[in-house]
Amino acid sequence: MKRANFSRLGLVLVLVVFVGGRLQMWAQAQQPSAQASQQTWQQIPIPKLPAFHPAQPKRIELPNGMVIFLQEDHELPIIDGTARIRGGERSVPANKTGLTDIYGEVWRTGGTKTQTGDQLDDYLEQRAAKVETGGGGDSQTTMSWSCLKEDFDDVFRVFEDLLKNPEFRADKIEIAQKGMYDGISRRNDEPSQIAGREAAKLVYGANNPYARVAEYATVAAITRQDLVEWHGKYVHPNNIILGVVGDFDSAKMEARLREAFAAWPKGQAANAPEIKPEPAKPGYYQVDKTDVNQSNIQMVALGITRKNPDYFATSVFNEAFGGGFSSRLFNDIRTTKGLAYGVGGGVGAGWDHPGMLRLIVGTKSKTTIESIQAIDEEIADLPKHPISDEEIKRAKDAILNSFVFRFDSPEKVLQEKMAYEFYGYPLDFLENFQKGIEGVTKEDVARVAAKYLHRDQMAVLVVGNVGEFDKPLSSLGTVTKLDITIPAPPPGVMPEQGDHP
Amino acid sequence: MKSRITSLQTVVVCFVLCALALGQDLAAFEKRTTVKKLDNGLTIIICERPEAPVFSFFTHVDVGSVQDPMGKTGLAHMFEHMAFKGTDTIGTRDYAGEKVALAKVEDAYAAYIAERDTPVSRDDAKLARLEQSWKDALAAADKFSTPYNNEFGKIVEGEGGEDMNAFTDLDETAYHYSFPVNRLELWAYLESERFLHPVMRQFYKERNVVIEERRMSVDSNPQGRLLEQFTEEAFAAHPYHRPTIGWISDLNSFSATDAKNFFDKYYVPSNMVVAVVGDVKASEAMPIVEKYFSRISARPKPDTATTVEPPQNSERTVVLHEQSQPIYLEGYHRPDYRSPDDQVYDAIADLMSNGRTSRLYRALVRDKQIASDSAGFTGLPGNKYPHLFAFYAVPIPGHKPQEMADAIHAEVERLKKEDISDEELQMIKTRAKANLIRSLGSNEGLASELGLYQARYDDWRELFGSVDRIEKVTKADIRRVANKTFTPDNRTVGIIEFSGGPPGTGAAPQGGGQ
Repeated sequence: MKRANFSRLGLVLVLVVFVGGRLQMWAQAQQPSAQASQQTWQQIPIPKLPAFHPAQPKRIELPNGMVIFLQEDHELPIIDGTARIRGGERSVPANKTGLTDIYGEVWRTGGTKTQTGDQLDDYLEQRAAKVETGGGGDSQTTMSWSCLKEDFDDVFRVFEDLLKNPEFRADKIEIAQKGMYDGISRRNDEPSQIAGREAAKLVYGANNPYARVAEYATVAAITRQDLVEWHGKYVHPNNIILGVVGDFDSAKMEARLREAFAAWPKGQAANAPEIKPEPAKPGYYQVDKTDVNQSNIQMVALGITRKNPDYFATSVFNEAFGGGFSSRLFNDIRTTKGLAYGVGGGVGAGWDHPGMLRLIVGTKSKTTIESIQAIDEEIADLPKHPISDEEIKRAKDAILNSFVFRFDSPEKVLQEKMAYEFYGYPLDFLENFQKGIEGVTKEDVARVAAKYLHRDQMAVLVVGNVGEFDKPLSSLGTVTKLDITIPAPPPGVMPEQGDHP
Repeated sequence: MKSRITSLQTVVVCFVLCALALGQDLAAFEKRTTVKKLDNGLTIIICERPEAPVFSFFTHVDVGSVQDPMGKTGLAHMFEHMAFKGTDTIGTRDYAGEKVALAKVEDAYAAYIAERDTPVSRDDAKLARLEQSWKDALAAADKFSTPYNNEFGKIVEGEGGEDMNAFTDLDETAYHYSFPVNRLELWAYLESERFLHPVMRQFYKERNVVIEERRMSVDSNPQGRLLEQFTEEAFAAHPYHRPTIGWISDLNSFSATDAKNFFDKYYVPSNMVVAVVGDVKASEAMPIVEKYFSRISARPKPDTATTVEPPQNSERTVVLHEQSQPIYLEGYHRPDYRSPDDQVYDAIADLMSNGRTSRLYRALVRDKQIASDSAGFTGLPGNKYPHLFAFYAVPIPGHKPQEMADAIHAEVERLKKEDISDEELQMIKTRAKANLIRSLGSNEGLASELGLYQARYDDWRELFGSVDRIEKVTKADIRRVANKTFTPDNRTVGIIEFSGGPPGTGAAPQGGGQ
């Protein structure tokens, strides 16, 4: 009984969530309270019960520097593994932008020294198993597997072989490049995609590794040699964090992984490049799109990292200002004014480089200026009406009471720990997050709002049908028109434009 | 590395083990799953999954936009939004006063709409006065609720609710979130109150929010526009031709009274299944859930007869001339989900689409290199009623939609003329079982699956039974169903053709640059 879920409509648009985490002590069973009728929700008892101590993964560091986390989970007969490998798209030279996207695909499709990718496809799919590789991320590439328990030996052999002996066959590079060309050709089709891409360029700089995008020419310049060299440069045990979760015995799994990886020689450690954001000048930026009737508005600036001591206070601020149902933006812009379906945002926090401060609203063309002004009022109102005690309590409750959902499965616990290890955070970061949130005061929230939210330092991007706006965007300030024309491919790269039947 | 021959043996071994695991799973699930049908007709399922001190629920209501009244498309989805607007005790300063004020809004709106829609000799001055009276009534009613905006959602979020959302499609409406387990009774109260005492407050503002949702998901999105036009074309008689979001004139017309009437008619307890999955014991949780949900009065089950879509008997095509890049989509009518061939269609979808061994990937992406993606899938635009099995392909630069059609049809003809291989059939069956096992590992996923299967089959065990039926699918079944379904006169085609756009907007033929 299969269905196509894309014909469903949800109540809320799932916006990027900026809040870092959630934690809470609670309890087990309960008895129904006496009277159900004439009751209010406040009268319902909420029992307090002992703390929950989720199983922690076992951390192993091999002499060659490879870090392994083992997390047993015996609920289902499945074993999954993920390797995060240091080195990502931000380390690629600008004229080869897209290299790790191609690498991340052809690593798998190109097969190993002894088996083609197509042979691996058959072998794995017959076991309903996956071995996949991934690229395109800023700071890492990935390799993962998923299999039924009884297929572990078969599937892990493929994983190990592909990790150590990829072949990057040329025919698959061509397929990957064609896929990239297709993506480039379609990148101006949907307004939300344009807005996301151009907003990042405004925050980090158009040519900055955190914002730049692949072009026909940069993809065409990528060769097999580039992929081989990338692999040789980064895929060393000391650059890898491997996490395994599922129905296994840790001692046996450890022995198997040591057998596979202990003798693997150390290599050159990956370095994180020094990258300085070069934000665009504050002001208004416009992309004209004549086939839409709704404007995509993004008001952006540079955000923070999670290492910033203000991370806890901004998490509470974000929840209260632009988070869920309780937030000011949702209540004022959506519920009270009916201006938008999707609205929200906050001070984004990255792991190892500043995230984006971003406020988003989608509104009909003829309320474009009105909606920007409505957000402006919300920002201007903050010093006059700081986030109140009641709003702060609700925001902290929302974060703390739902904190358990950050570690309610062994796999989530594993993923958190791997992220901390990868980005050099203390492994008890999540446990300390609770204390951090509890300690946030009204003054802290007012302080971070004043510190990070400067309307006059933000770039305001509007992707919309300019001719239908309620007023010209220039009525608000100086407007820069962004030309998003896709640069033509170099000669000979693309097939002839089509008079195909 | 093993050769193909050894790997085949492994497949057989794996298959036996998978089958075993599945049998164990059903037996284990029967032990920890409790179903109770309350006197009012509402069904409760509780599944014990003591992995972490949390639970998820899924309220399935057997009404979708297929039940939208004529001229009021979008109403089922609109009510879903209203189910977050609170109750007579949540979201208001004084419900007695608000109730009177809301009644005045409805009277004023009815008078305004009557004048607006007068076919001849409309009085524009009168219309303006009536619109103003309606707006004045709205402002008066809002005074009771604006300070308590979204109180229902605020309570859920403040108490630790996670992933609170809801969805409407043509077939059904569903509500869900997760809570720490010590909020089970609070949840039972809130979720039952929502359907005991819904209040249609702030309706007309929320209608504007929904209209923005239409602009986002359809009007300003080329794929949304294609799907709306395509579905409208494929169904001439059955309400599947309607967009769930609603046509714009209907959105600008229906009233809060319409939404309340819709609720009264379709949100009857016998149309509802509530599934709870998590760290709960049925013996303790069932009395709590029952206590709150049994407060909803039994009401008669609504008449849900719909027109049956007649045989298509003609190829239909819609072509959208867009500023965006080409897409090819085609669909064929098939019977509803209760058809004995349901799993045969699932098997065909898996064979054609799942992963890099799938026939469409290998033909269009790997070998011909004319598409970046191609797949077949079933359940468009729903599956409760006879619907479509669809194929699509995304052409890479330099290739046209017609090439996609030809390549897909070549694969479909192969399906009709040649038996699929033993390996392929085995792969489909192994994958169906593995996918089921993988789907059992989360409270949210389980709650939605158990709720849906209970609602559709009156038995959640069908979640396992449908996978067992895939086991019985034969090569002959696949050829028979392919021959019966994939015929030109049963086909509707939807195409986006690139037709140029103004300079600077980034609209250019694929790979053409400036």
